[in-house]
Amino acid sequence: MSATDAARAAERAARDSYGRLVATLAARTRNLSAAEDAVAEAFRAALDTWPRTGVPASPEAWLIVTARRVHGHAQARAGTAARAQSDVIRAIEDLADMPARDLPDDRLGLLLACADPRVDPGVRTPLMLQAVLGLTADRIGAAFLVSPAAMGRRLSRAKAALRDSAGGFVPGALDQWPDRAEAVLEAIYAAFGAGLDSAHGAEDGADLRAEAIWLAEALAAVLPDDPEVLGLLALMLHARSRAPAQRAGGAYVPLDDQDPALWDAAMADRADAALRRASRAGRFGRFQCEAAIQSVHAERRITGRVNRAALVTLYAALAQMRPTVGVAVARAAALMGAGDAGAALAVLDALPDAQVTAHQPWWATRAHVLAALGDPAAGDALTRAIGLTADPAVRAWLSARPFRPPPR
Amino acid sequence: MQFTILCLERAEDFARRDNPATAGDYWAGWSAYGAALAQAGVFVSGAGLLPPGTAVTVRQTGDRRDVQDGPHADAKEQLGGFFVIDVPDMDAALDWAARAPSSGYGSTEVRPVLTMPG
Repeated sequence: MSATDAARAAERAARDSYGRLVATLAARTRNLSAAEDAVAEAFRAALDTWPRTGVPASPEAWLIVTARRVHGHAQARAGTAARAQSDVIRAIEDLADMPARDLPDDRLGLLLACADPRVDPGVRTPLMLQAVLGLTADRIGAAFLVSPAAMGRRLSRAKAALRDSAGGFVPGALDQWPDRAEAVLEAIYAAFGAGLDSAHGAEDGADLRAEAIWLAEALAAVLPDDPEVLGLLALMLHARSRAPAQRAGGAYVPLDDQDPALWDAAMADRADAALRRASRAGRFGRFQCEAAIQSVHAERRITGRVNRAALVTLYAALAQMRPTVGVAVARAAALMGAGDAGAALAVLDALPDAQVTAHQPWWATRAHVLAALGDPAAGDALTRAIGLTADPAVRAWLSARPFRPPPR
Repeated sequence: MQFTILCLERAEDFARRDNPATAGDYWAGWSAYGAALAQAGVFVSGAGLLPPGTAVTVRQTGDRRDVQDGPHADAKEQLGGFFVIDVPDMDAALDWAARAPSSGYGSTEVRPVLTMPG
């Protein structure tokens, strides 16, 4: 294991036990912010020392003991002020007396609480990333293109809303899963999507794809037979398995042009295994459908070709389950890939103007479809797509398309 | 709500404007961005600026006037142009700022436009 791998593993272990501990403390004290604050210093110490010293045999026990010591000092120093946090300190004392193997995993409850209807849907993903993985507002803000200060304020407001409501912060119980499953899975996938958007900035820590997969794995550990949890996991593993082929010397490489030999075969196999396990439940859903689409693309590694007809069928099913602009555009691209540019254009044209005016994939796909139909409007659509692109590598790729309009 | 998108570029980016090998892509990127702002209905105004070497800076301190060739500060990135856009909030302004070509090589600063009292 290289030094960076070891550091990464140490960080992972620290975040993993941080999430478990915050979840347990929040469940016991019904106060998420206090739980986070109580563990914050011990967590920083773990992030600091574990990469050098290695991960302790019982990471959670290490965090609990350290948190207890931190609060012991604070109490000795500040008497009454520290007593205000006595609930959470008592909870830490209780945990410190428990054998490590008896420590509960309340992370599902924490994930469910983050998807509480009182929390603005746009803040659910940031809240999960902070509460369960201990990510900072800076890093979350970079991924979601929000200023760190504004992200910090939104997170505080969300926690205050949970705290101030009747009964305080109530960790989600397992029986809430059917009602909140979609919101939880959606929020995890949003973290993955934010990672994709900032893929070219992976080095600055804005890439949340690995964290999203990690959340789905934690969820799958608690709900091993839920088909949509497995579907989401499969979808993200498939997409992530292609990361090594998405850039060639910094240049953008679209999916169909990628060299399958560069794909992470082991990760794609894990994805397909998860999808097969999901299918045993006999309950097809949106994430399994999206994973199946990715699986069709992944087959090219073995068959050397893309089953275009299968993609068209799967996208039609997905558009039924999930009629969004993004799905419609992807469906149009699949129709175009299958040689039906006319049908692709019809799908694109059916979307309302207001939804597509600043939607880069719509304009990029439209440019390709119009070019295939020999329509000279392809050039203007392409210019529009270029103007809406944030990723410099994608902008350069689009700018090099043969149907680029002559400069005016 | 109006926001100003300030596009900051490095010396080598200003140089790309006049190099025949790079000028085409450079200007195509900016003109596509400007067109996207206009067609999305958020464009209020904007201008590209000549390189910082063409700047002259004036300072008046009491009765002493100082006139200096060059920009006000010797920073690595200098203002290359700006756009004023009208969007609902800072989140939307940042979405547009991320699409400015300068975000990919220099940097892009977003500032809310001051509303004059009265």
